[in-house]
Amino acid sequence: MMCLAVPGEVLDIDGSIAMVDMAGVKRRVCIDLLAEVHPGDYVLVHVGFALQIIDEQEAQETLKLLRACFQEDLHAAVGSQQEGD
Amino acid sequence: MKLVDEYRDPAVARYLLEQIRELCDGPLNIMEICGGHTHSIVRSGMEQVLPPTIKFVHGPGCPVCVTPTAKIDQAIALARRPRTIIATYGDMMRVPGSSSSLLQEKAKGAHVKIVYSSLDAVRLAVENPDSEVVFFAVGFETTIPANGLSVIRAKQLGLTNYSMLSNHVLVPPVIRAVLDDPAVRIDAFLGPGHVSTIVGSQDYEFIPAEYHRPVVISGFEPNDILESLFMILKQRREGRCEVEVQYSRAVTKYGNPRALDVVKDVFSPVEQEWRGIGAIAESGLSLREELRAFDAYHKFHDWMPLQRPEEPSECVCGEITRGVKEPRDCASFGTGCTPERPLGACMVSTEGTCAAYYRYQLVTVQTGGVRD
Ligand code: SF4
Repeated sequence: MMCLAVPGEVLDIDGSIAMVDMAGVKRRVCIDLLAEVHPGDYVLVHVGFALQIIDEQEAQETLKLLRACFQEDLHAAVGSQQEGD
Repeated sequence: MKLVDEYRDPAVARYLLEQIRELCDGPLNIMEICGGHTHSIVRSGMEQVLPPTIKFVHGPGCPVCVTPTAKIDQAIALARRPRTIIATYGDMMRVPGSSSSLLQEKAKGAHVKIVYSSLDAVRLAVENPDSEVVFFAVGFETTIPANGLSVIRAKQLGLTNYSMLSNHVLVPPVIRAVLDDPAVRIDAFLGPGHVSTIVGSQDYEFIPAEYHRPVVISGFEPNDILESLFMILKQRREGRCEVEVQYSRAVTKYGNPRALDVVKDVFSPVEQEWRGIGAIAESGLSLREELRAFDAYHKFHDWMPLQRPEEPSECVCGEITRGVKEPRDCASFGTGCTPERPLGACMVSTEGTCAAYYRYQLVTVQTGGVRD
């Protein structure tokens, strides 16, 4: 897919090239389009290039918010006896 | 997989669907600009579980689908040139030109190579000093910086056998063209996620400002899209009209400045032909004048076909790309035209609307759940 970009974790960096773990598959990825990137960062990879660092904190925040709303509504809707649902 | 699975949780999907149903108070036509979104929407089957008044209009954001037949013919002409290697992304192989495709040329013995990255094309040029390597490069803003970097690299390496046949297209001008078309009715936009990682959310501010339509830039997982729908409905309910970012884990206001610098250094805006849509001013990018030595169109001008090809008349890709028709409106869909033997470009790439419908339309979806 042409416009697809996939997240992966930067394992190590050698000059312009980073080794990135994408769902268990290791790929060599060019990091020249990024100003700064470190091992442990999550990057979006597209046609062999890292396009952007994924803001993991932002990702977790939005997920947390969504889950919080969801839990609240769930409890309001089904009461508290619905353990483990 | 981390940062993917979290966005496929069916319980969250159900929750979002409920919220959407609650907020939905009338017909809403949403254009998803990006072919990646089209794929995700059709694949998840979410249209079957959304309120029937919400309709997705599939937009022009599949780079393979909008590449004009004339450009494919140019690539084919170069593939027939002796001692020439065409390097291109896999999706381009099956796109029909006026009488052949790169795949058919390869079968006949032409040197056509699929590359995963533009730098692989540069490597081919290094490894084959006696051949010309032409990188047939297509893409939207997502891919343009990566393609551009290959020219910078080739120049640094002093390569004289590397050039680019480019078909680079930009989102904002085609959205203007779509919105200026009276046949198209769109109430809101699902903004392209990966394009926006490069250009930033500010690139779409003209849509609410000049056309009074809300935009929510969305991620690609089913729950990302549902949450974006919810955000669009919320804007409508609250009487707001602005650009919002659901895909905030990857999209900032100003995008990736370094990638944008590469684009500026390598390309300049030109009038661009869109398959099925026509020419749009300043909607494409071609190599800057000082980089002409790397521009295959100029370098091999004598090889370029003179005739402008006709688009196949039975294919309604153009109308589909503009959002005024659907694949089922095409008599050839699934019969004369399949992914194996595509008549039009929308059937080739997995981001093409026809290809997505062909692949996923037959699967029934259980109510209340969204497939991932
Ligand atoms: S089904 Fe094939 S011929 Fe019909 S519009 Fe789609 S790509 Fe074109």
